[in-house]
Amino acid sequence: MKSKDLVSIDDFSTEEILRILDLTEEFEKQPVSKLLDGKVIATLFFEPSTRTRLSFESAINRLGGKIIGFTDASSSSVVKGETLKDTILTVNNYCDLIVMRHPIEGSARFASEIATVPVINAGDGANQHPSQTLLDLYSIRKTQGRLDGLNIFMVGDLKYGRTVHSLMMAMSRWNATFNFISPEELKMPDEFKLYLDNLGLKYYEHIDFTDIISKADIIYMTRVQKERFSDPIEYEKVKNVYVLRNSMLKNTKPGMRILHPLPRVNEIHQDVDVNPKAYYFEQALNGVYTRQAIVCSLLGIK
Amino acid sequence: MKEAKQMSVSAIQDGTVIDHVPASNLFKVIQILGLDRIENQITFGTNLESEKLGRKAIIKISGLFFEDEDINRIALVAPDAKLNIIKDYEVVEKKVVEVPDTIVGIARCMNPKCITNFETVTTRFRVVSKKNVALKCHYCEKITTQENLEIF
Repeated sequence: MKSKDLVSIDDFSTEEILRILDLTEEFEKQPVSKLLDGKVIATLFFEPSTRTRLSFESAINRLGGKIIGFTDASSSSVVKGETLKDTILTVNNYCDLIVMRHPIEGSARFASEIATVPVINAGDGANQHPSQTLLDLYSIRKTQGRLDGLNIFMVGDLKYGRTVHSLMMAMSRWNATFNFISPEELKMPDEFKLYLDNLGLKYYEHIDFTDIISKADIIYMTRVQKERFSDPIEYEKVKNVYVLRNSMLKNTKPGMRILHPLPRVNEIHQDVDVNPKAYYFEQALNGVYTRQAIVCSLLGIK
Repeated sequence: MKEAKQMSVSAIQDGTVIDHVPASNLFKVIQILGLDRIENQITFGTNLESEKLGRKAIIKISGLFFEDEDINRIALVAPDAKLNIIKDYEVVEKKVVEVPDTIVGIARCMNPKCITNFETVTTRFRVVSKKNVALKCHYCEKITTQENLEIF
């Protein structure tokens, strides 16, 4: 009987989340070891996600684990018509843990119910991507020294952005104040605002953020994608409003940090990269330590 | 003079009468309760006049009694259903149905990208609202509302 899977961030209690963050801190100090010596981990990527896959594989390799798997569905037996159930039942025999990315929503929950080894959801369609949320939480705690009572700015596509929804839900455990900055068409959906209302948490919505940026502890940027707009003229109107430039950061708090789940296109101007408040590449590095913590925790090694 | 021919649906000695089923959902109730697969004597009437429902249906099942958790499965399609439990021709108990906290294997998830619409997976929902029924999918975590509710 396996101890646990990581399918949705909601599966973890606040204590469990904090335990993962503490473990992440340990791995940051000591990222190379033989903790996963003799372990085989399957990375099943039914759709390509180079960044997430490399992060997991780097995490596992640095701990001496071995990796089997595929990088997109065309190199798996899915093309022969195999069901997900059969793929999981088969791969389950070959490994100690499964990391899975799949375009269909709920596929990770389904896989976790079939597999006897722990399953980590590395993204199931627009649904969940909990290791991203945990690395975001780690990055916030590391840069702010705490999770409690922070002012979180979320910028860009708040309607479809899976990462901002999960992070918002997670940060609501720590009495955060939220500022949502997005074009009208990509506003935070009502169900999430209702969730915050029920918790009595404060949030503010803006279509522009130049005036309020000085209040931010964290600015979480996301990509505004052209294909999300029903009217291409609307995209043309807003595409430059949600671009963060170095000149905008003058009056921001000294401890403020800018996060982004990456890949970035143009929503953070390259002139921001040299600003010490730019944290997105360190954030990606934190992802490796976070995934080491998740893997070792689910395997019961740590 | 000939007596008017009358078809009588006789009272049952022991069993369950399910009343106030919306006529349009009679066969769904039959399906959910698996009445099409049992040997008991069953009579049903449909398109009967009802002030409350417009047209209602009634089902009489001889020799069968339901557990609450089984009968509550019909709450999604017959929320106003009333049960009369009959013993020795007498109504010994009346029951109403109640929307349960979880729904397993009855409803379809409205999210076309949900795994339950791709593979053979028994659907499972947490009921997040009972009044205007809203179901949260255990798999894709999306909400299916009353208007979009589809029963297998």
